[in-house]
Amino acid sequence: MTGRWTRRLRDFAPAIVVFIGVIAALELIAAALDLQQFILPRPSAVVKAFVEEQARIQRSAGNTLYEALGGLVIGVTAGVLTAFAIARWARVREAVLPIAVGASAIPIIAAAPIMSNWFGILNPFAKMAIVILLTFFPMVVNVARGLSQVDESALELMRASAASDGQILRKLRIPNALPYFFTGLKIATTLSLIGAVVAEYFGGSDDVLGRVIVQSSSSLRFDITWAAISVTAVAGILMYVLAVGVERLVIPWHASQRVAET
Amino acid sequence: MSEQQRPEVVSVRGVGKTFESAGGRTIALEDIDLAIAPGEFVSLIGPSGCGKSTLLRLIGDLTAPTAGSVTINGKPARQARLDRDYGIVFQAPVLFDWRTVQANVALPLEVKGLARSDREQRVKATLDLVELGDFARHYPYQLSGGMQQRVSIARALALEPSILLMDEPFGALDEMTRERMNSEVQRIWQQTGTTVVFVTHSIPEAVFLSSRVVVMSPRPGRIVRVIDIDLPRPRTDDTRESARYFELITEVREALRGRRTDGRPPSGSVASMERTLAEGAVG
Repeated sequence: MTGRWTRRLRDFAPAIVVFIGVIAALELIAAALDLQQFILPRPSAVVKAFVEEQARIQRSAGNTLYEALGGLVIGVTAGVLTAFAIARWARVREAVLPIAVGASAIPIIAAAPIMSNWFGILNPFAKMAIVILLTFFPMVVNVARGLSQVDESALELMRASAASDGQILRKLRIPNALPYFFTGLKIATTLSLIGAVVAEYFGGSDDVLGRVIVQSSSSLRFDITWAAISVTAVAGILMYVLAVGVERLVIPWHASQRVAET
Repeated sequence: MSEQQRPEVVSVRGVGKTFESAGGRTIALEDIDLAIAPGEFVSLIGPSGCGKSTLLRLIGDLTAPTAGSVTINGKPARQARLDRDYGIVFQAPVLFDWRTVQANVALPLEVKGLARSDREQRVKATLDLVELGDFARHYPYQLSGGMQQRVSIARALALEPSILLMDEPFGALDEMTRERMNSEVQRIWQQTGTTVVFVTHSIPEAVFLSSRVVVMSPRPGRIVRVIDIDLPRPRTDDTRESARYFELITEVREALRGRRTDGRPPSGSVASMERTLAEGAVG
């Protein structure tokens, strides 16, 4: 175990060095050029702002994550169920799949004011609804593809074994769809946080990351803006890493997971 | 009466297969009659488009004939499939990436609903048969192409089928591996006593393995000759250097070219077939 972690640390070492280097460079540049904080606050000032505003930022992060994760769970669940219906019934596929593919290209975030109008501007579900819409369609498209794009010979093999439709679903289609599911999940995870934060820009409760960002920037407190954005970034990375970790656990056999093999 | 003396595992009678498409109709097979006795090893050989794979798929009820009938163990092919009378091996191993070697071999046993203890016992016996017992817990991607194909043979044999259908199983392997696999298949066939229908485009492979070689020609696909292979068993590397082996290879090759040993010219288009012939292999 220790060996694996040291190796992993070594793999990430160059990226960590670059990251620290960039932060240090920003600090030096801001100091040397004597930049105004509303153009580029020094990283040290951002840390200071984070400490001072910690209570609000923490509360806001909790609320935003609630919207993002709640929407993600509902959107992914609904998307997977719809994909199963699409794989099962040709009529559902014909009716839903073109819409799902098309919807993936629409900037759904633009509908945020409508959701606020429907569900109430202070209701967290108004933001969650945007996240649900954003995550639903990529899940539908990916999982439906995974369930239906099965190797023709594998299907013949199942037929030769006189397998029932249920057995073909459980033993072939679902395992085949897992890599597609995780592809969709990684997209949906990223979209969920973007969706929640940007939906918050359009108004609502003040204790959310999107409002902290908007309000601090309009009062030129960019040190707080940067602190809130950094928290959003860290949350996004953690959610993504979590999704990748689950993927690694569930489909270690898939080609995408084999980089560590030597 | 003769049918009672030699009960047939496979009986193909007057079979034709026509594909309808937007571009018109293609006659893949016409007037096919073929009877295969228990324990026979029969190869189907011919150039691309002769319908050899289609014939195999008809025997396995993976497609239905447009004329004639296919009977397996005295039942319609469909019933034989539902009774799990046959195992099948494709050109690609078609292993499930998410299953270990032993779980891949267990797949047909699971589908049939065998109890876990029975499954484990069968899987072990079958993996020992293909000499992959040490790789039971490996994943397919950890195996070479030849080993993957052995796993797929084990999977096809797991239910001890009365017929083994093999569709160009070694077409993707290099020549050395292919020869090794041929010896392996001969051993497995002799050990299990199963009937094998084997599609190939390699003349040496067909001659080395078969009790009978069925030579087919394209457009429309039909059987032009059936050649008995009387080489003694077990066939070894020495067989590959024997005079009789070369005679039989020549005989199959000439049949493929549409030339009879009696020197009569063929009825089909020789020129088109000649073009598809490669050195020692067609298709």
